[in-house]
Amino acid sequence: MSIKLGDRSYQERIETGIENDFMRDAVSSAQGRFRNGRITQAAELGDWEDWRQLGSEIRTHTLENLDYYLQQLSEQVAKRGGNVYFASTAEEANAYIEKVITEKNAKKIVKSKSMVTEEIGLNQQLEKMGAEVVESDLGEWILQLDEDPPSHIVTPALHKNKAQIRKTFAEKRGYNGSDSPEELAAFAREQLRKDFLSADVGITGCNFAVAESGAITLVTNEGNARMVTALPDTQITVMGMERIVPTWEDMEVLVSLLTRAAVGQKLTSYVTSYTGARLEGEIDGPEDYHLVIVDNGRSKILGTEFQSALHCIRCAACINVCPVYRHVGGHAYNSIYPGPIGAVLTPLLDGYEDHKELPYASSLCAACTEACPVKIPLHEQLIRHRQIIVEKEKKSPVTEKIMMKGFAQWASTPAAYKLSTKLARTALKPWTKEDTIKNGPGPLKGWTNVRDFPAPAKQSFRAWWKEREKGEINHDHS
Amino acid sequence: MTIHNQDAFLSNVAAHLGRPRRMSGVERPTWSVRPQDRVFAGYSKEELVAILKKQCKAIHTDVVEVSTAQLPKALLQAIERYEGKTIIAAHDERNTTYGLEALYEQLGEKMEVHIWDAQLGEENQQIAERADIGISFSDITLAESATVTLFNHKDNGRSISLLPKSFIAIIPKSTIVPRMTQAAQQLHTSVEKGEVTPSCVSFVSGPSNSADIEMNLIVGVHGPVQATYIVVDD
Repeated sequence: MSIKLGDRSYQERIETGIENDFMRDAVSSAQGRFRNGRITQAAELGDWEDWRQLGSEIRTHTLENLDYYLQQLSEQVAKRGGNVYFASTAEEANAYIEKVITEKNAKKIVKSKSMVTEEIGLNQQLEKMGAEVVESDLGEWILQLDEDPPSHIVTPALHKNKAQIRKTFAEKRGYNGSDSPEELAAFAREQLRKDFLSADVGITGCNFAVAESGAITLVTNEGNARMVTALPDTQITVMGMERIVPTWEDMEVLVSLLTRAAVGQKLTSYVTSYTGARLEGEIDGPEDYHLVIVDNGRSKILGTEFQSALHCIRCAACINVCPVYRHVGGHAYNSIYPGPIGAVLTPLLDGYEDHKELPYASSLCAACTEACPVKIPLHEQLIRHRQIIVEKEKKSPVTEKIMMKGFAQWASTPAAYKLSTKLARTALKPWTKEDTIKNGPGPLKGWTNVRDFPAPAKQSFRAWWKEREKGEINHDHS
Repeated sequence: MTIHNQDAFLSNVAAHLGRPRRMSGVERPTWSVRPQDRVFAGYSKEELVAILKKQCKAIHTDVVEVSTAQLPKALLQAIERYEGKTIIAAHDERNTTYGLEALYEQLGEKMEVHIWDAQLGEENQQIAERADIGISFSDITLAESATVTLFNHKDNGRSISLLPKSFIAIIPKSTIVPRMTQAAQQLHTSVEKGEVTPSCVSFVSGPSNSADIEMNLIVGVHGPVQATYIVVDD
């Protein structure tokens, strides 16, 4: 996998999402719970706006001095016995990791959840070279067994129900228990424990690297990331180059924002900060440590009006409030980064060509901007994307072009407009029920699949205005 | 150790930022707000213990508060409740200070009690894997999130709080601070003094959990499935 999930069209993806009732219910209930959790925890903490302001200042300063802090980080990691590889592209990152694995003659690799390794398509690369790669986060393991991409950056298997998961475990791992979440999780614990203990190499992502000391912080709940960093003798951290803070103090502020904004927790069960190779006399932790710092298109965002998109701490708060995500689900974005932040970042990282619809997958209601714990102006960046797409790239989505063209022709001819507003009610009658249109035809289908469309009034606005002028106001709203 | 491609990579970053590369002289600005300092500011240790106890309920963790003299008994009770047959504990001078050595010796007669021993190498991990209970002292305790901070080192392996099914943390009351802010400040100060930071700092808040299946909270996934804190009035 790379940043792009597949080749299906935007329309097909959206239809699949909208027709998936389980997914839509799951997403809407998850959104509600995540959103309430964030709001409750923010209120309990108090001064939430000050916290957001502080988070935003730390991210702004760090990104403005990114070269300085990355240099400091790499020197600190090297001082603690680690190797650091700066990778400009996904290919370079994968090639370096492959080299480490070949040199170690490693057969089994155990991973904890990492978006950036999904982005660079690391698993496919490692499997191609014949290594066994095990995803150990419960949600990611389910998806790996089922060969399915993630649909949410915090709960990747949100679109699956427990019956599907039970079936996957049964087919792929001979599970014969019930579909109770506890029993399913206990089975995963037992199965994966063997992998943790026998893996040659552990690979993790990074929530926050601490430049001043070279510590990599992982924010997790299940304990798998601790296993991955404590047990194998070789460990590799893969981090997007912007996932860094100057000091421990700044890390703490961003972790406080992340756990609240992501899952409504004061802290997750585990916040683990590990540094380089294990020290003299230690048994846990790697003897051979590698940090891979990935650009893969990020530097092109620096110095542009989109720089603040790199402030993102991957909490998914924007995803959890987005009304569009609620209806279409994560896969419709066709990117490992879905929702509002995905609609901003994906075209920046992977170009407009394949992702020109994403900035339009938004109602511009600004709920995302309001939810963002580091104050990224997401909806404004979506508007800028649209302007760029229309003005410079001339790539506005076909549906919008046709719609706008049709509307212009239709509205600019008074006679046609008058006639069609008069005829609309009659023409749409077969789909009208109690003054709303359900399962509308043609161009209305896309709309009425997700919500009802009000049926045209019995009297058009123009006709009503005309009568009003004559003093014949019709009060009948039935 | 080796750093690959640093110059080309960072020069490119600087070029996109539209300025020459910054290799020194960058200072963190004074932030316009510091809300983290106001949380539970001026609270007494007793008030912080109350906050910790309340939060323990939210994270499915049992908590008891005892005097130094009562600690061995409280620890024994927790071990019995978890039906421990094999126990692994950190090699910590506080085992002596708090009179736990005698308890471990006595328990050793009827069950396997292993005190982490760096000389034994990987055998420590193997014992931790088959142990029912891991026992560690908290180095800094965060009241707000009911978190024990473990500075892992050669005598206090990461496996102790990770591989066994149950985890018991002993929390000297003097280690309790309002929140993660104070732990981070301590680590930052230590870096500024040029001290070697631990290879792993583990902030642990109760047992492991997941909400990856239909958003149901499952307590106990890869790490311990149950946890007890014993707060000692030191």
